[in-house]
Amino acid sequence: MERLDVLKTYKIFIGGKFPRTESGRYFKVEDNNGKLLANMCLSSRKDFRNAVVEARKAQKSWQSASALNKGQILYRVAEMLEGRKSQFIAELMMTGLSKQKAKEEVEQSIDRLIYYAGWSDKFQQIFSSVNPVASHHFNFSVLEPMGVVSVISSNESALLGLVSTIVPIIVGGNTCIVLSSENNPMVSISFAEVLNTSDLPHGVVNILTGKRKELIHHFASHMDVNAVSYCGEHDEEIQELEKVSVENLKRVRINRGTNWNEDKSQSPYYIERFQETKTIWHPNEV
Amino acid sequence: MSDTSQTSSWSYASAPENTDHIVLKEQYDLFINGEFIKPDSKKYFKSINPATGEVIASISEANKKDVDLAVASARKAFTSWSKIEPKERAKYIFRIARMIQERAKEFAIIESIDGGKPIRESRDVDIPLAASHFFYYAGWADKLEYAFPNKNPKPLGVAGQIIPWNFPLLMAAWKIAPAIACGNTVVLKPAETTSLTALKLAEVIQESGLPKGVVNIVTGAGKTGSEIVNHPDLDKIAFTGSTQVGKLIQNSIVGTQKKSTLELGGKGANIIFEDAAIDQAVEGIINAIFFNQGHVCCAGSRLFVQESVAEIVIDKLKDRMSSLIVGDPLDKNTDIGAINSKEQLDTINKYIKVGREEGGEIYQPTCNLPSNGNWCPPTLFLNVSQSHTIVQEEIFGPVLAIQTFRTIDEVIEKANNTPFGLSAGVWTEKGAKIFKLTQELNAGVVWANTYNKFDSTSPFGGYKESGFGREGGLHGLIAYLNVE
Repeated sequence: MERLDVLKTYKIFIGGKFPRTESGRYFKVEDNNGKLLANMCLSSRKDFRNAVVEARKAQKSWQSASALNKGQILYRVAEMLEGRKSQFIAELMMTGLSKQKAKEEVEQSIDRLIYYAGWSDKFQQIFSSVNPVASHHFNFSVLEPMGVVSVISSNESALLGLVSTIVPIIVGGNTCIVLSSENNPMVSISFAEVLNTSDLPHGVVNILTGKRKELIHHFASHMDVNAVSYCGEHDEEIQELEKVSVENLKRVRINRGTNWNEDKSQSPYYIERFQETKTIWHPNEV
Repeated sequence: MSDTSQTSSWSYASAPENTDHIVLKEQYDLFINGEFIKPDSKKYFKSINPATGEVIASISEANKKDVDLAVASARKAFTSWSKIEPKERAKYIFRIARMIQERAKEFAIIESIDGGKPIRESRDVDIPLAASHFFYYAGWADKLEYAFPNKNPKPLGVAGQIIPWNFPLLMAAWKIAPAIACGNTVVLKPAETTSLTALKLAEVIQESGLPKGVVNIVTGAGKTGSEIVNHPDLDKIAFTGSTQVGKLIQNSIVGTQKKSTLELGGKGANIIFEDAAIDQAVEGIINAIFFNQGHVCCAGSRLFVQESVAEIVIDKLKDRMSSLIVGDPLDKNTDIGAINSKEQLDTINKYIKVGREEGGEIYQPTCNLPSNGNWCPPTLFLNVSQSHTIVQEEIFGPVLAIQTFRTIDEVIEKANNTPFGLSAGVWTEKGAKIFKLTQELNAGVVWANTYNKFDSTSPFGGYKESGFGREGGLHGLIAYLNVE
């Protein structure tokens, strides 16, 4: 008798654990021939709120981890992804990518991780300043993370889009809750497994699968979220997001039609977009 | 508690600033396309001296047509202003800085008459900082590519700018200088109670030969402001004011291509540790809350005193408060001037009432307040906690709420437990403590062993609901540029 394949159960990723959605709901992901690939968790508002709690809990200690440490952890994520390259290529091919495209996407994702791992202990020096004030004070400005960021990840670029959005956010000391690609969510949960074996503290990245239509409002309205990142070109979604973000003046960052394959889609400015500038004064006259 | 009666034995001879050479028109028109023109609305409102209640001048009320005209002239001017050689653009702005300096005394006196702030502050803080802001940003005009390497910075277009009444000329400078240095043109609206120095600035701008339409100044109240915010031909809205209005503005530009920066309210925590230099700290606390009658978004309005020194700090504070001179803004001895408007005085008094009703213990020194005008004595509240209204909400007046604490972690938690995040202060002689606190306080500006200091090179702006964007320094440029 032919051996029966063991299918993978895809769950969601909250606070370093892989629970099922509390809602008990699911949605199907099928391949191009309509064959069922997976029953994904259809995450709810409550899942999101639980994830915000975990992200907030993790934020302060992640922020105060040394830049060197953060860089090494991200490098470790790249190592783990490299080791599981073939799995990710196969998973992307299941959902319709050619072998060549899938390989490119995974390799670029690994390289992007390395790129931002390297920025960890450098971006601060690019954007900080000592300000030559006219009075007798020493005055300097530094960047600090905004805090907790909610992320509506790229629909089209399921792995590279995800990596390109969240890595600059976390390398700057933020924590995040991500809604994965709606069309192709499986790879995001496999990526969560990579994160979970890479010394990344629990709660720094939380990944939900589900529907934008249901969740976008909550991603933008939660009062304990400091900023929101959006990938896409859907005007109504963007407007909704901007509107509800006003309540606590979330910082809104829109990636409209960004092609994540391009070199210009990576830069320290993607880190800076989720940083606040803090200015500190001290007298320098005795 | 100190005896306040002893202060009456010390009195200063009055030292009023001479106002003879100040020339004010009876009526001020709108500054559009380089000319002063009568408002289409034909309406004027009165600008009142808050220290006397007297009418100083009539100010135009701009309506939709006036705003349209201002935006159209700014749009037209943008075409050439954004293209002239940056070094020439710089020279115009340097010239404005110099002309403000030349007329500094006049600006200072008008600022104090119109807004009620002590002449010492207008003279030594507001006007010099306004001039230096133009001087600073002038120099950036031809150096922008060094601020944003490989980003090809380009101006946004036309900016609508709305400013508050607490630092009228200074806020105008904070808005106009970086905008025009980056090659934008602007339509600026000063607050309705303090339009005069902005209109005097319009005179300077006219005399400086700045191309017509680069800076347009329209006066009016909230309605005029909303005409600006909702104008379809603006690329940018820059606002300084209350968090409430900031949110309304942000709401109304959703779905448009307008960019925004908001510099909003605050409830600054000022933290004094037992190892602080107590006398310096007390002086710093006084400056943090009573500077400019407390009409300061970054005012240190929540004081946290470590328990072991609470008694001595509070005694010294009361003692110092009783020696503050409240009165004529034009008197060089005055520490606390007039409250900017009757409306604001009502707001402050409402908060003082709420503070009492919620069980706060109030202290106000005995002061002889003038019979006319808007006045509020320096005020502190004891016996309040995090849940009290006067600890949570921005009062924008000379009212200090005092709480005590035991440990560093406790005070960081309390200080950060607010929707605001504009400013904070730390007083201690221990270096490591300073750095721990300045790192962990969620605020855009942290003053250590000092407070309420400003500089054109120093980025200013808030976290959380205190708004977004920075003004001042290199960081202030990005608010007026598109980068690749």
